[in-house]
Amino acid sequence: MTENDGLILITLFCLPLLSAILLMLIPSKERSLIIGLTGIASSLMFIVSIYVFLSYDFNSTAQYQGIFSLSWVSDIGFIAKDGIQLKVGIDGIAASMILLTGIVILAGTIVSWKIQYKIKDFFILLYILVAGVFGTFAMLDLFFWFLLYETAVLPMYLLIGVWGSTRKQYGAMKLMMMLVAGSILIFAAIFMIFAESQLGTFDMQALSSVQFDRNFQILVFPLIAIGCGTLGAMFPFHAWSPDGHASAPTAVSMLHAGVLMKLGAFGIIRLGFQLLPEGGQYWGPGLMTLGIVAALYGAISALKQTDLKLMTGFSSISHMGYVFLGLGTYSLIGISGAVLQMFAHGVMTALFFLLIGAMYDQSHNREIPNFSGLAAKMPIWSIFFVIAGLASLGLPGLSGFVAELHIFIGTFQSYPIIGGLAVLTAAITATYLLRMFSTMFFGEFNEKWNQLNDMNYLEKAGALILAASILFLGLWPSPWMNRIADSIQLGIPGVLM
Amino acid sequence: MISKYLYLLPEIILLTTGLLVLFLDAFSKELDVGRRIFGPLTIFGALSAGLVSLLFLGEEKILFNIYSVDNLTSYFRILLCGILFLLVLGTQEYNEKRIQHVGEYYFLLLAATLGGIVMVAGVELLTIYVGLELLSFSLYVATSSLINDKKSGEASLKYVLIGGVGSAILLYGLSMIYGASQSTFYEVIQVNLANPEIINLELLILGLIFFFAGIGFKLSAVPFHMWAPDVYEGAPTPITAFLSTSSKAIVIGFLFRFLAGPLLPVMEYWQWLILTLSVLTMIAGNLIAIQQSNIKRMLAYSSVGQIGYILMAFPSLSSETLSAALFHLTGYLVTNLLIFIVVALFYTKHDETQMIDDFRALSDRQPFLALALSAGLFSLAGMPLFAGFFTKFILFQSVVQNGYLWLVVIAVTMSTVSLYYYLQVIKQMYLYDDDKEDSKWSPSLSGIFTTGILFFFMIFLGIYGTPFYAFAEKATMILF
Repeated sequence: MTENDGLILITLFCLPLLSAILLMLIPSKERSLIIGLTGIASSLMFIVSIYVFLSYDFNSTAQYQGIFSLSWVSDIGFIAKDGIQLKVGIDGIAASMILLTGIVILAGTIVSWKIQYKIKDFFILLYILVAGVFGTFAMLDLFFWFLLYETAVLPMYLLIGVWGSTRKQYGAMKLMMMLVAGSILIFAAIFMIFAESQLGTFDMQALSSVQFDRNFQILVFPLIAIGCGTLGAMFPFHAWSPDGHASAPTAVSMLHAGVLMKLGAFGIIRLGFQLLPEGGQYWGPGLMTLGIVAALYGAISALKQTDLKLMTGFSSISHMGYVFLGLGTYSLIGISGAVLQMFAHGVMTALFFLLIGAMYDQSHNREIPNFSGLAAKMPIWSIFFVIAGLASLGLPGLSGFVAELHIFIGTFQSYPIIGGLAVLTAAITATYLLRMFSTMFFGEFNEKWNQLNDMNYLEKAGALILAASILFLGLWPSPWMNRIADSIQLGIPGVLM
Repeated sequence: MISKYLYLLPEIILLTTGLLVLFLDAFSKELDVGRRIFGPLTIFGALSAGLVSLLFLGEEKILFNIYSVDNLTSYFRILLCGILFLLVLGTQEYNEKRIQHVGEYYFLLLAATLGGIVMVAGVELLTIYVGLELLSFSLYVATSSLINDKKSGEASLKYVLIGGVGSAILLYGLSMIYGASQSTFYEVIQVNLANPEIINLELLILGLIFFFAGIGFKLSAVPFHMWAPDVYEGAPTPITAFLSTSSKAIVIGFLFRFLAGPLLPVMEYWQWLILTLSVLTMIAGNLIAIQQSNIKRMLAYSSVGQIGYILMAFPSLSSETLSAALFHLTGYLVTNLLIFIVVALFYTKHDETQMIDDFRALSDRQPFLALALSAGLFSLAGMPLFAGFFTKFILFQSVVQNGYLWLVVIAVTMSTVSLYYYLQVIKQMYLYDDDKEDSKWSPSLSGIFTTGILFFFMIFLGIYGTPFYAFAEKATMILF
């Protein structure tokens, strides 16, 4: 990315904000206008995110590219000159995550057009959330990073509370309180880093060149890991996640499981590994332990679930466990795998939630045992579901395989026992998914569901975007791998090769 | 000589307006003026006093050195006049409908603001005490001014009794500080307290304890907060707003001058007192607020908790923390005023039952008011995009720099707790469908306008607050 591309990054996070403001000005009755505007806005975000991903510059030796900064707060109190800046820039990890957000928001927008109740307000909140997500991935200033991180969480309460289903108020409140509680730790960590550096600046670039005291790093890293881990549904701070997912509306589940949880893992890389590398190295085994526990726990819990959405929710915890496992190895291959897994799981789980939403809107039932033989009635739906499921259990050729392979190799290199457990988890994942397939898709068709239709064209379009990404990453992962590996080598000091 | 009295112009304007209102009210039959004239008069008085305050940005001591007109005074003059202006502008309709004697009521509001300015500007103990009593007495009476409302009278009585005790304790403390330092002038106190041979330490410490207890009553800091919920509940909503904004700002403004001046040499003796007050206030205020189902009581406890955050700045007294505290105070005032004005606008058209679920489905009827109220509540909880986030961030970073990380951790934790009870209101407004047969209502135009102004300021402070910080820094600069 060149210097001018910094403006593109600013555009990327202003675009959803502007769309939200524009939407506020449109009267709620103008339904077609709202749909048109959101269609244009989300497509633009999708295109810009692809541009950001493609324009990553391999020749650059800088840690971050496309830097653009605007002084925001300067020379006040303890804050030095240019202490708080609106500063954007990306590395390969952020570029992949921005692409993921672009894909999921486009698919999420398309399937949300069928919402009847207050569609305008829904999109306003959704776009505020998306602005927060894009901003967090692109920001290089701790103040704005935290501001946008919280902005991404804030609309979630109303999105789930108003448009959700089953126990929505409970789910919304639990999610909100747990995530905000988690961010207390991040807040404390940011202040500790700020005070310890004595630079009077929140600029991540300046802070990452500071060599913090080893003991300080060891003390502060867990705060970031737990704080961000709460959003990433890291065991044992995952309790909000199944309830939150089960009660959220389709597009919000997609964005939340697909993108927002990745924000947590991204925070551990950005704040934890890049600012406090020694702390990250020290706590690596701890992160791995929590990761493998989450992977096993999520998979075993998913075995028990009969609600399709709860099963997917627990499966998300399990897959995010792989991410923490990969991060904990603190090796090039492990962290690459973790970032790939973030992308792979993002598109896959978004597809899952899209499909579940497509069926639930018709049947108002998500209990797995209530269905059978759906493949005959809803063939396209079933095909997409099988693609997502196979990607989830790591079939070669689909996205999950590449990611999990990297993570497993990384884990075996450092702790073979944990690697063994990880493979066991993959086996359990295969069990619950294949069992669900056989129950729901095959066997005799249950006549009770005669009125069910296959997906409509909007849902097909959304699912197609996601399924294409799954296949793309599975068949040709090098665009991602090159960018991620390049950035890890440049950006995370002392990483094991 | 005459020109020196010109420095008192804003106070003179407030006083003249107040007396004019009182006079017109007393002879309203003879002069044939209606109730409607008092509101605009007050608004005009507050606005012109605020604008005139902009003229005095120098530093000048007048009236035999008992009164200091400087940047801090000007800052608070503008702040207090601004609050009065917006408060009356936003709640005129409420006042005309619910208040027994509107003329007297507006006079009391003007007098309270005047007393407040005297208290912040005074640099001599007796002067500030006169200012404090003018403020308190006006509010005691104003609290009881609802038409046919027993609760209002009860609240007033409670307020008089407990406020009186608070004043007495404060005065007792001040007299002991006087005994230890042998002067009532700030400058002399500072010099004398810095001299270890002169001061009587036992007397001083006892005096400090009484002083902070009295201040605790006036600020409704825990454990001296018991009166606040009852009074907030019974008082007319605009007076509740005044109590939770101006009244607190005034005491904080006085503390700025008093702690950073006369009491600075003996900081080690009172540091722990205010630290204890701050921690207790933050924790108790926010925890008790969770259980409230009455919106005004809930907001009462919430403003108790909010004061705890501002008190955090005093244990590590420095020009940075005080500027940050003043900046945060400004953000808090804007936010809280916004919330109370929306509540007042709502209860102008509805019976004042004060339950949180009165606000059910407000987002369907009055989307803007619902949006403003939720934004205000999110801002109090320190959520981003709104004033609360940015001003708290600045305040907390300066407190951390002074080595009080643990205090900030408590504060942030308590902000999260507060989010829970603020969400209860937001939940009612957005998540529930309407179950009441309620005829269409709309708030007054001036009410919407006021809400709009405050909403704009809240967002502006939250996103780009640097200019306001610069003002706050200039204001506190003269203290050091």
